[in-house]
Amino acid sequence: MTTTIIFTIASLSLLGLVLALILYFTAQKFKVVEDPRIDDVETILPGANCGGCGFAGCRAFAEGCVKADSLDGLFCPVGGNDTMKKVAGYLGVTVADKAPQVAVVRCNGNCDSRPKSSNYDGYTSCAVMANLYSGDTDCRYGCLGQGDCEISCDFDAIKMNPRTGLPEVDEEKCTACGACVKACPKFIIELRNKGPKGKRIFVSCINKDKGGVAKKACAVACIGCTKCQKVCAYDAITISSNLAYIDYNKCKLCRKCVVECPTNAIWEVNFPVRVPKRETADVEQQ
Amino acid sequence: MSKTFSIGGIHPKDNKISVKAAIENFPVMETAYISMSQHLGAPAEPVVAKGDKVKTGQLIAKANGFISANIHSSVSGTVSAIELMPDLAGNLVQHVVVKVEGDEWDEKIDRSPEIVREIKLSPSEIIAKIADCGIVGLGGAAFPTHIKLSPPPGKKAEFLVMNGAECEPYLTSDYRIMLENPEEILIGTRIMMTALGVKKAYVGIEDNKPKAIKAMKELCSKSYRDIKIVSLQKKYPQGGEKQLIDAILGRQVPSMGLPIDTGVVVQNVGTALAVYEAVQKNKPLFEGVVTVTGKCMTEQRNFRMRVGTTFESMLFAVGGFPKDAEKLVSGGPMMGKAVARIEAASVKSTSALLLLTEEETKRKPEGNCIRCAKCVDACPMGLEPFLLNRLSRAGRIDDLEANLVQDCIECGSCLYVCPANIPLLDTIRLSKASVLKIMRSRPKK
Repeated sequence: MTTTIIFTIASLSLLGLVLALILYFTAQKFKVVEDPRIDDVETILPGANCGGCGFAGCRAFAEGCVKADSLDGLFCPVGGNDTMKKVAGYLGVTVADKAPQVAVVRCNGNCDSRPKSSNYDGYTSCAVMANLYSGDTDCRYGCLGQGDCEISCDFDAIKMNPRTGLPEVDEEKCTACGACVKACPKFIIELRNKGPKGKRIFVSCINKDKGGVAKKACAVACIGCTKCQKVCAYDAITISSNLAYIDYNKCKLCRKCVVECPTNAIWEVNFPVRVPKRETADVEQQ
Repeated sequence: MSKTFSIGGIHPKDNKISVKAAIENFPVMETAYISMSQHLGAPAEPVVAKGDKVKTGQLIAKANGFISANIHSSVSGTVSAIELMPDLAGNLVQHVVVKVEGDEWDEKIDRSPEIVREIKLSPSEIIAKIADCGIVGLGGAAFPTHIKLSPPPGKKAEFLVMNGAECEPYLTSDYRIMLENPEEILIGTRIMMTALGVKKAYVGIEDNKPKAIKAMKELCSKSYRDIKIVSLQKKYPQGGEKQLIDAILGRQVPSMGLPIDTGVVVQNVGTALAVYEAVQKNKPLFEGVVTVTGKCMTEQRNFRMRVGTTFESMLFAVGGFPKDAEKLVSGGPMMGKAVARIEAASVKSTSALLLLTEEETKRKPEGNCIRCAKCVDACPMGLEPFLLNRLSRAGRIDDLEANLVQDCIECGSCLYVCPANIPLLDTIRLSKASVLKIMRSRPKK
């Protein structure tokens, strides 16, 4: 009886020892040498794995940061400048501040201004709908309203408004990861600089049709009248194929174009409520 | 026993309520809107300018590129504009707009009713003539016929298979021409046989068209012994070229292959009629038979209609938009395209204007897949639609390719049989497009 117990303990211990040795030597032989900094950088990152940086996930981005000589061109939109500074500090390099961005919906044709010309009864997906036809309104460029952007958002930041049929961005939650930009088959959503205190001005339309056609399809379409371009003192507005575009790097937020736009296609966000238009213009001139 | 294809297929109610309506000429409209993109491939290049006078049958646009086709004016009058206009899906396409003045035909066109039986031209002359006259496949895809009739080097056609199946419910345009112009179709078939250098042709007709089968068989037994009429069991999608080859010859077209890989060329009977008119009568393709039908309509009609007639005027001709019509479809109910713009004009391959009621078109709410495998049974290509649907929604492109999504013929059989109303076709079509795009972008070995 005792011998059996001793023999069992001895044989199992021996087996354990042998296997441990095999494991040890195998681990030595096939050891993967990985920069330990990658793990550390990964813990600094937010861990959302959204892919907004252009890498497959946070770990891939951390690897990219460690391997790169400088952090130029590498940016984690979720963590923003704070995270990038921490990463740079840890890696002993410098990083330039990048202006925070936000997703902007460049279509404001709601149910009233952009009447429906057909009824879509298919699968609820913008991609499928765009594959079938130009849309259920006369505007070929406008939002299809099936909510692919809402589904694509990992941060719950973009929501379809059932009243207008258009998506709305919650700028507190939006990380500018760009998932909705890729999901939109009509290329309506753009990442733009958030601007000081969130103030920004943009053309909320991407209709490239001639003025008459665009206006007929949607009351708030950009008709390419060039009025905004003429009024802009900073050369920030360009017009190509009947559509105005405001360069957010040049725009000084004077809001003259917003006043000038005959179709209200230019939007201002986060500005204080305007006193009657004339007075503001006068104040700015002084 | 009638033949049919071996895998899958469905049996929708055929609803051919317009069978009895003889073909009548549609009045020539006041303005014709002729699209420059009526065929698969590159849009044609207009050769007329604003203000030019054109005659019916005159060349107004030249083929632009290898896969493209000539376009001829369907009316006579003055070109009033060449501009971008929405097609039936709302996408802008270049159109030549002709203001109609009278109906003066090009002198070259032989308008006599006699049937010209003797084929005088050589194969290469026939193909050149077909290309000149802008003939495209009238089975739906509108592939330029002259390219189909010139097989790539190294491949040889053995048989010509004619598609008279007309498996789509509601459509009767092919049936009516088989009944009213059977001999022209057979001569057209022979012209294409000469062009291809084949000795034998088959015409597949579904057995829900006994009169057409009888009329064609009688003619064949008399003077067209090299053409065989094959009666086919009624089953959708028999008119798909791969299905038709399987049904008639028992040959399988390989994955991503073309019918010519099995030594077969498939053409539609409507195309045969157009080929006959082009080669024997010098008449370019500018009109075709269009069925205007629907359960909500009091009368069903088959029109011989000029290309460039708006859907609006077709509706007007049959008494306006019926009250209970919910959806307009250009083509059949299975593979046709919804007409989103009523002001859009018909093209060469327009075969029907179908008006569906709410009951027929309304989608029911989507349920969960219960793995009943009805879609697998129905798929004529032997694919697994339920799996492809899941893979598409997950965006797994590699797995989609491994499961042959690229072989889908978009017939909609899976969607038709699904008891859970899952939009299988919608998701599969989308992922098929992205898979094909990736496959084409790969360097060729």
